[in-house]
Amino acid sequence: MSTTAQTPFEPKTSTGRITNFVDERVGGSGMLREFGRKVFPDHWSFMFGEVALYSFVILLLSGTFLTLFFDPSMAETHYNGSYVPLKGLEMSVAYDSTLNISFDVRGGLIMRQVHHWAALLFVAAVSVHMLRVFFTGAFRKPRELNWVVGGVLLILSMAEGFTGYSLPDDLLSGNGLRIIDGVIMAIPVVGTYISFFLFGGEFPGTAIISRLYMFHIMLIPAMILLMIAIHLFMVVVHKHTQYPGPGRNDRNVVGYPLGPVYAAKAGGFFFIVFGVIALVSAFFTINPIWNYGPYDPSPISAGTQPDWYIGWVDGALRLMPGWLFNIPLEWHIPFPWGVNTLTLNVLLPALVPAGIVFTLLFAYPWIERWVTRDDREHHVLDRPRNAPTRTAIGVAGFIFYCVMWAAASSDLIATHFEVSLNDVTYWLRALFFIGPILGFIISKRVSLALQRKDREIALHGRETGRIVRLPHGEYQEMHAQLDDYKRYKLVGYESPLAEEGIPNENGIVTKTEKRRAALSRFFFEDRVAPATQAELTAGHEHHEAIEAGEEAKPVSRY
Amino acid sequence: MGNHSDDLPASSEVVAKAGHDEVEKFQDPGLPPHRLRLADTDPKAAKRAERQVAILFGISAIGTLLFFFAYFGIRLDQTIATLRLQNMFLGLGIGFAMLGIGTGIVHWARALMPDHEVSEERHEMRTEEDRLAAVQIVDDIVEETGIKRRPLIRNTLIGAMALAPLPAIAILRDLGPLPGNAMHTTLWKKGERLARDPDGTPIKAADVTIGSAFHVIPESLNTLTEGKLNEKAKAAVLMMRLDPDELHPSAGREDWAYNGIVAYSKICTHVGCPVALYEQQTHHLLCPCHQSTFDLTRECKVIFGPAVRPLPQLPITVDSEGYLVAQSGFHEPVGPSFWERS
Amino acid sequence: MKALSQKRRHPLAAVALLVLGLMLTGGLYAVVTTVNQAKADSSTFTSEQVQQGEKLFVANCATCHGLGASGTGNGPSLAGVGAAAVSFQVGTGRMPLQMQGPQAREKPVQFNPDQTTELAAYVATLGDGPALPEAQYLDGKGDAAVGGELFRVNCAMCHNAAAAGGALTRGKFAPALAGVSNQHMYEAMVTGPQNMPVFNDANITPEGKRDIITFLNTIEKQGSPGGAALGSLGPVSEGLFLWTAVLGVIIGFTVWLTSRTS
Repeated sequence: MSTTAQTPFEPKTSTGRITNFVDERVGGSGMLREFGRKVFPDHWSFMFGEVALYSFVILLLSGTFLTLFFDPSMAETHYNGSYVPLKGLEMSVAYDSTLNISFDVRGGLIMRQVHHWAALLFVAAVSVHMLRVFFTGAFRKPRELNWVVGGVLLILSMAEGFTGYSLPDDLLSGNGLRIIDGVIMAIPVVGTYISFFLFGGEFPGTAIISRLYMFHIMLIPAMILLMIAIHLFMVVVHKHTQYPGPGRNDRNVVGYPLGPVYAAKAGGFFFIVFGVIALVSAFFTINPIWNYGPYDPSPISAGTQPDWYIGWVDGALRLMPGWLFNIPLEWHIPFPWGVNTLTLNVLLPALVPAGIVFTLLFAYPWIERWVTRDDREHHVLDRPRNAPTRTAIGVAGFIFYCVMWAAASSDLIATHFEVSLNDVTYWLRALFFIGPILGFIISKRVSLALQRKDREIALHGRETGRIVRLPHGEYQEMHAQLDDYKRYKLVGYESPLAEEGIPNENGIVTKTEKRRAALSRFFFEDRVAPATQAELTAGHEHHEAIEAGEEAKPVSRY
Repeated sequence: MGNHSDDLPASSEVVAKAGHDEVEKFQDPGLPPHRLRLADTDPKAAKRAERQVAILFGISAIGTLLFFFAYFGIRLDQTIATLRLQNMFLGLGIGFAMLGIGTGIVHWARALMPDHEVSEERHEMRTEEDRLAAVQIVDDIVEETGIKRRPLIRNTLIGAMALAPLPAIAILRDLGPLPGNAMHTTLWKKGERLARDPDGTPIKAADVTIGSAFHVIPESLNTLTEGKLNEKAKAAVLMMRLDPDELHPSAGREDWAYNGIVAYSKICTHVGCPVALYEQQTHHLLCPCHQSTFDLTRECKVIFGPAVRPLPQLPITVDSEGYLVAQSGFHEPVGPSFWERS
Repeated sequence: MKALSQKRRHPLAAVALLVLGLMLTGGLYAVVTTVNQAKADSSTFTSEQVQQGEKLFVANCATCHGLGASGTGNGPSLAGVGAAAVSFQVGTGRMPLQMQGPQAREKPVQFNPDQTTELAAYVATLGDGPALPEAQYLDGKGDAAVGGELFRVNCAMCHNAAAAGGALTRGKFAPALAGVSNQHMYEAMVTGPQNMPVFNDANITPEGKRDIITFLNTIEKQGSPGGAALGSLGPVSEGLFLWTAVLGVIIGFTVWLTSRTS
């Protein structure tokens, strides 16, 4: 740009003139040059982040519409809208305005349903996206920080969802808030104070809806937007990861250029997500607040549950027994100034499982990095089977989550499968401990078995299903050898070895180092080495040599 | 080697314990050769794809029209049926409008835009040259501020910065009143009549037959003009009548029931849901939120679920007119546990 | 009918009943309600019906409930349960009991309406209890809003706010209420079948019960304005639907989007 001798650019069309005008003032051509043909790898599992982003955009659009009609006031009013079974009832203005959106504002109901379905999809897409990132190892260097940003986004989206769920001030969400209040009050020392400050006095008070409204439409969305910006910025800096395959390595990125193909697909996908949500909202009711009635602290409905993303915390509360072998889990601790109450039956399930899940989630990239001492950049993903221990840890965590998730619907499991509610709880309590262990063992073995199958196929080809009878009467199945490209997909991975502890400069293997070595064994002791060229060649020669060996293994014909 | 008998455990030595040597790896064969699509070679196929894309865009336009038809054409007459119809067609309209554009663009991209995969080099995240320059800049900045040489400035700044956010916390003080005694009191007091929820009419002892469950509020609740829900949230009571022989009151609580009529706080001692499910044969009370189960015959002792404490009992009797009244308030705070609760 | 309703408000009736109720410590079915009691006048049935009912009872019910319905180890005494209890239990197919279990299940009805009335007539002679409801409370023309509020306070905790049913302890459950006839709803409220509490007329007035029935009729008939209700089970069925159907469709689109055309 330092050259000055060039004649100034003269645009020929009117579009060109406008573009040039903007470009001369903001320098867009540099950006376009940088990003216009940026390459993005293409795989269906890479789309969940986009689903989350697009759901969020839909949430902003539909949410803006809803704010035009919603009134977050807890003042009392009498319903006078068109829904007959609630006519004349005393209720809060918030609930009244939500009913009006549903029944008397044209298009209000579809917008409410779009908003709520999009919210459920948003959190689900964030979750699935994180599972994809975890199981493919996309969180490894240099993307650890982006993984953390993603974790923060998950927490923010849960908070955003919960605050929104509470806004209509219906019976269901009101009881949800009451549970939250009960959990807050269990916090030692400050619990009661936090509760009184949050609700502006005693539960339910008259302040909570407008306060949650502020969080829901301003603070949390702003934080989400900021995090999304950071997240996407880092995606651009890092460039996207790619699955292993021929021609793909840590030094390149293979895919379609942003313009036109990728931009068209990604842009079109926004409309697809929007369309799917709109169709679902056209045909399926969500959160029928008119069924639940206005909030009143006395009634409750059977099947009172939170939206799915809070379900696991609610499930943990359900699973926790209040009494363990005749020992109460509420302790009255005598202090010099009096007796105080520590209510572990609420505190433990509310804090411990979520604590475990999020601590491990945030720390995992560093744990794995410490164990493997791997400081290289990774842009090629692992197929989940090629990292058996990581996959097993992920599955164990997922099952841990799912047991609590299922517990949140224990009453519906009981009625729908005609089993005893108490038995469902007993079984889930057992699964809470056994499930993750079983999941770990099984998924690790399945990964190893799949790796062995890959190895088998890479070396010996696929079973064709074609049975041939040999001249001496033996039957055998023909195997089709893979071409080089397909084979490389099966063998192009790393299988690290377990490491012994490394002595420090004084020649001593420290305790930390021993622990690292133990973890390294835990991770990598059982392994399937990728098939090598040498083995393939040896295999072919071997066939000729061993034709009449003990097992008379037949030779592949391809 | 070449048939499935290789899967036998005897030959599974490939699952190796650590220590195997890495041997020569496969060479990356590079990107597979590009395969042409039908539309790349056959102009007819390309033309067909073009028409399909145009049809999809056309469907989108029809969807938008459908939206307008539903919005203006379907007149809401305050019945659920028309609302459902309108909701469905509005959703269908938006759905088709969006899906038409989306699938159209994607089909265009898949069928007609070039599908050559390209490979782009990744650049180093940071160059060593940049790092050195950055370190130099930071050093220069630190040096120019002189913060290292002037610890007084540094320390007072740290102190001031640590103090400065405190007002941001203090200013939140007026979010709500302090708890005070609020958690320990309810509307229930000596002589307060038990009344039906929601209409607030008092209940006579004779009205409560065996097997009945009454949802009860204090009679004075409905006269409140402010804070009605706050008081209701603490004062809600469930009243049932059992055969007096089935109750097993502990010492000092023998006269808390009246002729087998017992009243217990409806607010769960776990996290505060209304424990409203009464099974009149088993005499169990069940909380629908977290399934805490209380045994009414044993003073609502917890027999299942996450709650620890029994539901607080409201001592009741009858007044001179035969109406059920509270003998006193609750003898302990109702609802979930909290730190100050002894 | 008018005479009846005056009689049941007689101040002595309540006192008499209270005494009676304290004396009756038998099975839990032996529920005598203050206000329903006076209505339980067996004279509304003919002696013919009572005789036929007794025959049916001896042939079909006495195995468990004992001769004279005095109760056995397998079934409670029916003295004082009233005609309404018989009409509900037999009319919904819950009785005769198919097998012992956490609770009696609905099944195809075994007796025709005439036979059910005859059985009810017989049982009504055994002791005073809730009579068959009067038609004026079953017309479903009360106030749905009042009924809705009563339903949420008294019924929704077990039956769900949209009457979709819910779980009780140890395999018991509160059934969904769609498809239950107005008469059976009313009878269930006054008799408290199985673990359901009794809602006598002092607790919820007959007009209140009529409102509740109106509310249930209304929500069943009108359906959900938002489309399919997904069982009216709340966030669990919504979440399940999202994770299976919606996410399934989205994944289908992502696979299509990233696949190569032929």
